[in-house]
Amino acid sequence: MTASAQDVAGDLADVRIGVVTFPGSLDDGDAARAVRLAGGSPVALWHGTHDLEAVDAVILPGGFSYGDYLRAGAIASFSPIMREIIDAARRGLPVLGICNGFQVLCEAGLLPGALTRNAHLHFRNRDQCLRIEARTAWTGDFEPGAEIVVPVKNGEGRYVAGAEVLAAVEAEGRVLARYVGANPNGSSRDIAGVTDSTGRIVGLMPHPEHAVEALTGPSTDGLGFFTSILASILGARAVSTG
Amino acid sequence: MTRVVVDVMLKTEISDPQGQAVLSALTKLGHQGVQAVRQGKRFELEVTDPVDEAAIRQIADTLLANPVIEDFSVHVQT
Amino acid sequence: MKIDTVEAAGRTPDQEQPHAALGLRGDEYQRIRDILDRRPTSAELAMYSVMWSEHCSYKSSKVHLRPFGDLPSSERLMVGIGENAGVVDIGDGYAVTFKAESHNHPSYVEPYQGAATGVGGIVRDILTMGARPLAVMDPLRFGPPEAADTARVLPGVVAGVGGYGNCLGLPNIGGELVFDGCYAGNPLVNVLCVGVMRHEDIKLARAPGPGNAVIIFGSRTGPDGIGGASILASETFEDQKPTKRPSVQVGDPFTEKLLIECCLEIFAADLVVGIQDFGAAGLSCATTELASAGTGGMHVVLDEVPLRDQTMTCEEILMSESQERMCAIVEPDKVDGFLAICAKWEVRAAVIGTVNDSGRLTVEWRGEQIVDVPPRTVAHDGPVYERPLSRPDDQDALQADTPDRLSRPSSADELRDTLLGLIAHPNLADKTWVTEQYDSYVRGNTVLSQPEDAGVLRIDEQTHRGIALSTDGNGRYGRLDPYVGAQLAVAEAYRNVAVTGATPIAITDCLNFGSPEEPGVMWQFAESIRGIADACRELGLPVTGGNVSFYNQTGDVAIHPTPVIGVLGVLDDVRLRLRQGLGRAAGEQIALLGTTRAEFGGSQWAGIMHGHLGGLPPTADLAAEARLAGVLAQAAARQWLTAAHDVSDGGLAATLTESVLRYGVGAQISLPGDRFVALFSESAGRALVAGTAYGLAALEVACTEARVPVTRIGTVGGDELAIDGVTPIPLADLRTAWTDALPRLFGAVTPP
Repeated sequence: MTASAQDVAGDLADVRIGVVTFPGSLDDGDAARAVRLAGGSPVALWHGTHDLEAVDAVILPGGFSYGDYLRAGAIASFSPIMREIIDAARRGLPVLGICNGFQVLCEAGLLPGALTRNAHLHFRNRDQCLRIEARTAWTGDFEPGAEIVVPVKNGEGRYVAGAEVLAAVEAEGRVLARYVGANPNGSSRDIAGVTDSTGRIVGLMPHPEHAVEALTGPSTDGLGFFTSILASILGARAVSTG
Repeated sequence: MTRVVVDVMLKTEISDPQGQAVLSALTKLGHQGVQAVRQGKRFELEVTDPVDEAAIRQIADTLLANPVIEDFSVHVQT
Repeated sequence: MKIDTVEAAGRTPDQEQPHAALGLRGDEYQRIRDILDRRPTSAELAMYSVMWSEHCSYKSSKVHLRPFGDLPSSERLMVGIGENAGVVDIGDGYAVTFKAESHNHPSYVEPYQGAATGVGGIVRDILTMGARPLAVMDPLRFGPPEAADTARVLPGVVAGVGGYGNCLGLPNIGGELVFDGCYAGNPLVNVLCVGVMRHEDIKLARAPGPGNAVIIFGSRTGPDGIGGASILASETFEDQKPTKRPSVQVGDPFTEKLLIECCLEIFAADLVVGIQDFGAAGLSCATTELASAGTGGMHVVLDEVPLRDQTMTCEEILMSESQERMCAIVEPDKVDGFLAICAKWEVRAAVIGTVNDSGRLTVEWRGEQIVDVPPRTVAHDGPVYERPLSRPDDQDALQADTPDRLSRPSSADELRDTLLGLIAHPNLADKTWVTEQYDSYVRGNTVLSQPEDAGVLRIDEQTHRGIALSTDGNGRYGRLDPYVGAQLAVAEAYRNVAVTGATPIAITDCLNFGSPEEPGVMWQFAESIRGIADACRELGLPVTGGNVSFYNQTGDVAIHPTPVIGVLGVLDDVRLRLRQGLGRAAGEQIALLGTTRAEFGGSQWAGIMHGHLGGLPPTADLAAEARLAGVLAQAAARQWLTAAHDVSDGGLAATLTESVLRYGVGAQISLPGDRFVALFSESAGRALVAGTAYGLAALEVACTEARVPVTRIGTVGGDELAIDGVTPIPLADLRTAWTDALPRLFGAVTPP
């Protein structure tokens, strides 16, 4: 390793990405592994506290928080840690919600729309092609229009929103990613993920954290989300200190 | 046309984890007055007159509800 | 309501008791009276009746299961038969526990909840050993694919297995889907769970140490499945109308997920001396088993059990099969720490009793003594029957009716049509409709899952150590010859593990049979056990545990004897695992390992094309299986191969179809001898392999040394499956035939 490469690796390891565990979170370990493989430092955050532990960004992982009872993500969106995350996100803290995490972000009102029961009424797990459309803090390492393959697995992943909201999301370029080929769940306009207007708060139904190792995933395409946020945070630090 | 409402609830002796989860969330949010929550399903059927209530009951018993674990009630709205 | 106390039982010896309605025979009831030297209280009667049921006591199977205990000891076996699940050493200080269980009858009554709670139960068995549950598998069997009842049961079962397992965050890494008329009205829903722990973390179900606290934690106790699993497994329910259906349990996977994390944190803090889950027979089972395996005595205050329904009687509380509950034995100074971890995970917990050295289990309720029994008599001293057994009268005629009389395809077009017809049958067709409903990715350690031959999990991210698991069974072979059929089930699961490059090290079993009161069924059972035990002896594998499910029959028609075998293997480096698909490397050549004989008895060809079941099953040559496995492990470790795929149901035709469709790359095949036999025979001990010219040459040398027959049969490439003497099949046509079968039967899953 050259001196500068070591510096970069050291800087990356200084980036702290929080991964929240709600009761019923399942992919928290996978999200933490993805952060680690991208070079960052995952920090476990507990739903019942108000402590964000000075993290630089937060991931709300997949799973079935509170068993998906009532509505997927609904009960988790009221947890103590979410109060802190909602406040911090409004002040610019980057947040990625994956699957159940996306549902939590929609229930918390940080992202528009809602995730509802798949049109075919089954849970579905398959390797899915996505097109990355929006350039955000979490997708900066992808070429615009890049097509990637990551797993999608959900029972309530059908993205819906009112006509006006959908039109606005489209017009403002806030479709994060779209399903390419067969739409796995009947989502409106093939939407797989959306971003807020700042590009810092994003939600994605498919699972990039399950596509970070050739041994266990359909590709390593998912790693791009995690390298993107590390680069984005380091870039912001360079600006603020430079 | 008459609207017939069929409410389907888990039988009282059957565990209702969804209701439990909602109750626990309410408690955490400070709503101390709620003692129990049970969650069910409501179906609204638009039925041609005259309403054959026996037929509706059969529909409820065979399709809308799972009689192994659920009870139902039929309300003809006037 | 009046409480039947121990004191009252002593005073009223002649009071009539409904022992027969609870499933106890007259002599069994008398035995309880002899043990207690008085009549039992109604609470005691409830406990004895559930614990002495077939389901809990194994009273019909016990004598026949002895051959498993007689197998030579294995250095790898750390915990054997008798605990919640067996434990095996996989190296580097890791111990793996795995077990399969049936939830057949409950899944027929209420498919979703029956299957869901089946997953919940086996996961708790694994957790109870101190292990983190890692994955599940689901060997499923249903009646005819087009039957209305199959359409009712199958989608619910699949949704239930998925609904519960997905919500627990356990990847589903494999299973089986088999259709046969014999399972109409008696679907088999077996679920396997595997877990891992460090050697020093193994936990056992025992209650040592007088003064230690007995803690119940998890869901509250409700009137679930009272007389459910136990009574259900003891009787058929064919005459019952829907309204009289037995009460079934509703699963709460969310609570179970919390229970898992809570238990693992409690284990890590070393806060328990014994632990047991609540399965069939609930509190009756947990308290008597814990007490009899510990210091010998326990006092329980039933009023302390958290209830969901305050109107429950003490008998109901003792019999309740409410899900997602566990029982722990905790030293007094660790109770606070235990309760604190439960509170963190929002898991309800209550101290309900104390361990003592009285040699008695005593239970009090509303200030009265309602139970006073020697716990061992409830848990372990149940009746043991040597049921009469006899070879069925029709066995000779069945074996004499060989498939030789069936007409066989011969022209190129006929052979193509037969191939397409077979692989389009739901038994051989693509199972994606089912497996897409299961999460296979969660936890990020799934190296292989369906449709591969075995599930492969990474255990250690640093060392790359991993395990492989497969479950297999073949009721058709078992019906023709239960001894050989059981051996073939062991052989196939063993081979499926071996084709991933793993070394098989242990088995578990899930034994599904008809009524033990039928001598013919009992003969099938005894023969099957003998077959499994002999196979394990020859392969050097220990039996780590198992499950027996009887009464899988409607009227006097029993299911085929269906022992389902789970085999566990170890991979020192999961990165070297072999996969079934062709086309991952340039210039691949294909070879067939093993010997093909004209064996069609019980084959899919005979069943699907002719509705025929007769003759003898294929030869089970376990020494040949072991040699094949040795060569495959060597080939994987040396990286000679680019693909390997087991040959079994549907013969080479099915194997080739799956291998070319995996990555959509075709093959040119030239088969020696009779093409029909080469394509459709189900001779055991075979595998299809592919590799580069160098790799196959190296493999051939190893095969010669190991006396494993090897035949080059073709090359990889193109967009059709081209077999000499068979009309070529474009891959697109092959794929359509293979993938359309299940969606056509159970509904397309492509959204509108």
